[in-house]
Amino acid sequence: MEFPILSLMLAVPLAGAIACLFLGAHTARMVALVATLVDLALGVLLWLNYDIGGAQWQFTERAEIFAGFSYALGIDGIALMLIMLSVFLMPICILASWDAISKRVGEYMSAFLLMEVLMIGVFASQDMFLFYIFFEAGLIPMYLIIGVWGGDNRIYASYKFFLYTLLGSVLMLIAMLWMANEAGTTDIPTLLNYDFSPQAQTWLWLAFFASFAVKMPMWPVHTWLPDAHVQAPTAGSVILAGVLLKLGGYGFIRFSLPMFPEASAQFTWFVFVLSMIAVIYTSLVALVQSDMKKLIAYSSVAHMAIVTAGIFAFNAQGIEGAVMVMLGHGLVSGALFLCVGVIYDRLHTREIARYGGLAINMPRYALFFLLFTMASIGLPGTSNFVGEFLALAGLYKVSTLVTLVCTTGIILGAAYMLYLYRRVVFGLQVNEDAARMPDLNAREWAMLAPIAAAVLWMGVYPESFLAPMRQDIAALEARVARAAPDFDADNTIGTPREHNANYVGFAHGEARGEEGAH
Amino acid sequence: MSYATSLYLTAAEIGLSITALVLLLLAAWNGDRSARLLTIIAVAALVGAAIFSIGLFERSASEVAGRAFGDLYRADAFGSFGKVLIYLASAAVLIVTPRFFTQLGGYRAEYPVLMLFNAVGMGIMVSATDLMTLYIGLEMSSLSSYVLASFLRQDDRSSEAGLKYFVLGALASGIILYGVSLVYGFTGSTNYDGIRAAFALDFSTGALFGVVFVLAGVAFKISAVPFHMWTPDVYEGAPTPVTAFFASAPKVAAMGVLVRIAMDPFAGEVDAWRQIIIFAALASIVVGALGAIGQQNLKRLLAYSSINNVGFILIGLAAATAAGVASVLTYLTIYVAMVIGSFTALLMLRDPAGQNLETFADIAGLSTRRPALAWCLLVLMFSLAGIPPLFGFWGKFVVFQAAVQADLVALAAIGIAASVIGAFYYLKFIKVMFFDEPTRDVETSSPVSHWAVLGVCVAILSPLGYLLTIPLGEWTAQAAASFVAAM
Repeated sequence: MEFPILSLMLAVPLAGAIACLFLGAHTARMVALVATLVDLALGVLLWLNYDIGGAQWQFTERAEIFAGFSYALGIDGIALMLIMLSVFLMPICILASWDAISKRVGEYMSAFLLMEVLMIGVFASQDMFLFYIFFEAGLIPMYLIIGVWGGDNRIYASYKFFLYTLLGSVLMLIAMLWMANEAGTTDIPTLLNYDFSPQAQTWLWLAFFASFAVKMPMWPVHTWLPDAHVQAPTAGSVILAGVLLKLGGYGFIRFSLPMFPEASAQFTWFVFVLSMIAVIYTSLVALVQSDMKKLIAYSSVAHMAIVTAGIFAFNAQGIEGAVMVMLGHGLVSGALFLCVGVIYDRLHTREIARYGGLAINMPRYALFFLLFTMASIGLPGTSNFVGEFLALAGLYKVSTLVTLVCTTGIILGAAYMLYLYRRVVFGLQVNEDAARMPDLNAREWAMLAPIAAAVLWMGVYPESFLAPMRQDIAALEARVARAAPDFDADNTIGTPREHNANYVGFAHGEARGEEGAH
Repeated sequence: MSYATSLYLTAAEIGLSITALVLLLLAAWNGDRSARLLTIIAVAALVGAAIFSIGLFERSASEVAGRAFGDLYRADAFGSFGKVLIYLASAAVLIVTPRFFTQLGGYRAEYPVLMLFNAVGMGIMVSATDLMTLYIGLEMSSLSSYVLASFLRQDDRSSEAGLKYFVLGALASGIILYGVSLVYGFTGSTNYDGIRAAFALDFSTGALFGVVFVLAGVAFKISAVPFHMWTPDVYEGAPTPVTAFFASAPKVAAMGVLVRIAMDPFAGEVDAWRQIIIFAALASIVVGALGAIGQQNLKRLLAYSSINNVGFILIGLAAATAAGVASVLTYLTIYVAMVIGSFTALLMLRDPAGQNLETFADIAGLSTRRPALAWCLLVLMFSLAGIPPLFGFWGKFVVFQAAVQADLVALAAIGIAASVIGAFYYLKFIKVMFFDEPTRDVETSSPVSHWAVLGVCVAILSPLGYLLTIPLGEWTAQAAASFVAAM
């Protein structure tokens, strides 16, 4: 038996979470930081030891310690990347909360570490019910994080977050029970290749969709997100946008598509229509926001719509693009929330109108903010460009219309992000207090610089991130190929013409008679 | 069947009865001074009875029949499992009782005696295989319960609770008796085996009425909708330890009766009773959830919560399979831990003057005043709401699994969707404790006995509880096999 690294990655933050409950403020901060850094180191180790092109499921562990389901862990390339995203963002979240959180620090750090355990657990589960337990359990720490340490309207936001997502996911449990009963196993790799009857698939797909669509969040069930984002503390928003929103996309890739290919094909247009509405509608809504966090929250919904559209393109390009958008968006929107947090900590308002001209007194901050703004727009050379381009290219193969609408969304994205940037960073310094704000300190550098580096890395050399997933996505594409629907832009290569386009097929003299007919 | 075997199989009840009688004499001679001592003896007797029942449970695999007194009583695995739960729950409640009454100056020596008689009655209920034995057990338990409900006789609310409980309980007993008489009239037997055999030959409309009346009467006892009206008032009015008791052990006993009746004498008529159970299940879940939303009193809230939980338990019964019975027992086990934990935590909530705190306003900001207690309550509430990774989720998981396996997917889907409504008020509990600012002072320390009971309950309900899933699954499957053998 090999070294149980995934269990260790769960155990370290769990131990930290329990310890933090009993510790004073400063020690709790240190413990949390150390625990998350150890997990990051373990994550790097995991990546280095991941055998690209090797077995589909690696680092597998299995223990039959529960009745009805097993403690089975294991990852493929997609899960590896999302685990890396989680462990990368966690120490940054702890740093972001270093001074911002002053009351009940131990409990706060404990909730965050618990969150990390659950996120890693979701991505590493190889048992359906274990997945469900981790998936649902995330509600508890997030409810507390929003409710205890959130803004003024935190209670409403915490209730809405909890009940909305709970209602979405309970039906998934019934679907899972039915599947386990039908297939006789709860093992995800086995279920990936189990063929349910198409009639059953329709219902199962809908039950899973209810859960993942809310988590994603897709229009029209996205309304919990802006509330939760605005009220959550900065680090809570980072985790929410950075990792929790990825659970929905991960669910689609892990469950909906490979387990119910026929039903997925059947509902493709449903997903496309929702995605198109989401891209356009939420981008327009983002344009008119006066609250920075709300603006970024709506932009998240728009980006996630590109993810769903890319996933349901049923081809490798689209799915690879979707995962890359998830990774890129996780970094970029997390970083944008951190940028908002930096100035919120100084002025305690998220009103865009209260700021202005920050480039004058906070030039370094302005630079980071610019980089992340550009990344959010999808500037080539940044992470989001790779993902969005791939997703849209994959999408183009199946529907030009959807691609057209989604691309319009990206243009709108440039509009609202640049507009935000202009109002906050450029222009005149209208407010005295905003003009007096000091530039980034060392802690804030430590938060933003690693994300900036990762954003550029992902933009310049995406192969590092695509390579581990390629095989898994190819397997997924092969699995769903039989159900892949036909679409308008079925641009297969036709038989070439015999001659060049400007070839004239006759000698000059012969054509003279026909010319007269014009 | 020798008389000695019969005595051996019923030794737990006989032992408890003798202890209760002896304690009664002691109480009469020594008065209330010895109340605490009598409580300790009663707890010891209950734990002893539980240990004996465990032994009987382990041996039930070999002596499947376990019939006593000419099949009036059956000490099978199901009965023993139920009794272990009942006795342990009663003992746990007794442990946290004295302090409550001592504060109000009302603790008297009869209390542990009544609890013991109640436990005997409940033990007979879950093991009864004859409608007459069932009725005797039921009345023995109910009559002690009426007295317990009005134990604080100077307190108006307590007296009112006792009276309400008595009037409605008597009505329920009457309904059961009417049903019993109909069943007897149409089958010519009060014995479960006899009834099943007679029903297999002919199941007439009159007999159906008998079945419905018996089920309705038992539904009163488990406070399933539409027979739940008494629950909030009685739970609120009765002294808190008594409420804790009502919500735990008698629920187990009444559920045991219901399961045994449904799966033994009425096992052939699943189609006749299943729709009743399904209706009661869904109605209980919805009414229990909606009724709780507006409540300010925590005991009243927990009363609605118990109605809600009964609904989930009934979903397991509606499956009418061995897995369904096993899921009911699993749920009951977890439910008992949740209820006793919640009420113990409630008993630990007092202001510095010793006044009990009972409303939401009183526990605002508890997490800053009593962090440990608040976190325990958080575990209990999320567990009641059925949110993983807490163990309360497992109870819901097994009942829904049983329902799905029995092709009752629609029932499971509606039930679980309605459980989201219930999550709302459990969340409110946590919101008040964790998000609100403290308004009242609370007592800063609690006795070790309370912490011990609470600690055990919370440890079971924490994710550690999942380590119990394998043994719990085996035990409940063994208990459920009692009926499959009978079928």
